[in-house]
Amino acid sequence: MSMIEFKNVEKYYGNFHALKNINLEIDEGETVVLIGPSGSGKSTLIRTVNGLEEIQEGQLLVNGFDLHDPKTDINRIRKNVGMVFQHFNLYDNKSTIENIMLAPRLVLKRDEAENKRMAMALLEKVGLADKAANMPSELSGGQKQRVAIARSLAMQPKALLFDEPTSALDPEMIGDVLDVMRDIAKDSSMTMLVVTHEMSFAKAVADRVIFMADGQILEDSSTEAFFNNPTEPRAQQFLSQVEHH
Amino acid sequence: MDLLQNNFSTFLQGFGYTLLSSIIALVASMILGTFFAILQILPQKWVQKVGNIYVQVFRNIPLLIITFFFFLVVAKLIPMNGFTAGTIALSLYTSAFIAETVRAGILSVNSGQMEGARANGLSFWQAMQHIVLPQAFKIALPSLGNQFINLVKNSSILAFVGGLDLMYQGNMVAANTFDTFGTYIIVALFYLVITLPLSYYMQHLERKLKHAA
Repeated sequence: MSMIEFKNVEKYYGNFHALKNINLEIDEGETVVLIGPSGSGKSTLIRTVNGLEEIQEGQLLVNGFDLHDPKTDINRIRKNVGMVFQHFNLYDNKSTIENIMLAPRLVLKRDEAENKRMAMALLEKVGLADKAANMPSELSGGQKQRVAIARSLAMQPKALLFDEPTSALDPEMIGDVLDVMRDIAKDSSMTMLVVTHEMSFAKAVADRVIFMADGQILEDSSTEAFFNNPTEPRAQQFLSQVEHH
Repeated sequence: MDLLQNNFSTFLQGFGYTLLSSIIALVASMILGTFFAILQILPQKWVQKVGNIYVQVFRNIPLLIITFFFFLVVAKLIPMNGFTAGTIALSLYTSAFIAETVRAGILSVNSGQMEGARANGLSFWQAMQHIVLPQAFKIALPSLGNQFINLVKNSSILAFVGGLDLMYQGNMVAANTFDTFGTYIIVALFYLVITLPLSYYMQHLERKLKHAA
């Protein structure tokens, strides 16, 4: 069953045509990596999936609900779709564990003891159990991102969106974050859509790679096919550029 | 010293009314100010406009005129004494400045905070209450402290409408004793009894919150 489905989606910023006739289907449990040069619309596309960006035309079905339908309650979709940002967006006024516990408490009305137990288990999973009481300002970038991932997981979402999760990190921090993401991808029921420039991660983890340029999807193929013989000249060019540095 | 001793209960009564008016106006103007600050950052243009008109009206008219308006005009429709009229005017006037201060605070909270909260499943109002406003107040704190101190001093407009406050009682004492200079020194000292602890408290709060995060 498809978790995310774009049907002829168009997105404009004023006169700028940001997404052009997007058709894309992502199945439940799939891990899909979205790559492309900067300004190609990758971030815009991923942000439409949980309604942070509105679409102007077409249909966008997430977990069976149409995001373009005004009757759809966006908060209900967001309950099931987590997002991890480039700049983490942790709550600066809350401790690490409170960052994780807040949404389950307010949105899911999860029992407080259960909430705490789950939050600690998640911190354990991302290797930061000893940082539970720390404020975000006391964490490194890599630690912040792992807390942000734990915060998303605490809602027990069906899908997770990653918008360049390692682009703002120092090189030595990237590995830890990718390890956590790799772990999540192993969970066969979690749908993951990842915008990244980490080609090794894409090769190792993705079921499918989507290549975008100028607001269009130019290539949508299995990971193996994409890296071994990309069909689009622009994808070939992009790959040769990112792989030779 | 005799002046203070002989009129102590009068000064004390004035002090009490000034303190009461200030506390009521402080609470009311914080609530109103925060409300109109939020109106101005909501996406709907007409709602923003309503917030903006409120702020412009009460920020740009002298406090004394607002006070007279309530005491002379509104009191004809809804009977109220000078203390009430003055306190309402003081609340509305101060709330316009607080709205601007809080709005600036909200705007200087990184937009990623709201986005992170919404993506995490929180509603706009939950995100405001738990994430954005606490950070906005912290940023706005030094400026809010200024507003609070101004508010206490501005409460002296109550004297113009028989509001029984410190300034009003001071005027009475000065008229009775002819010791104008001495009386207003005492009045000034009574104001300092409120404003000095208030400004120390605000500075303390600022330091405390700075260390908290």
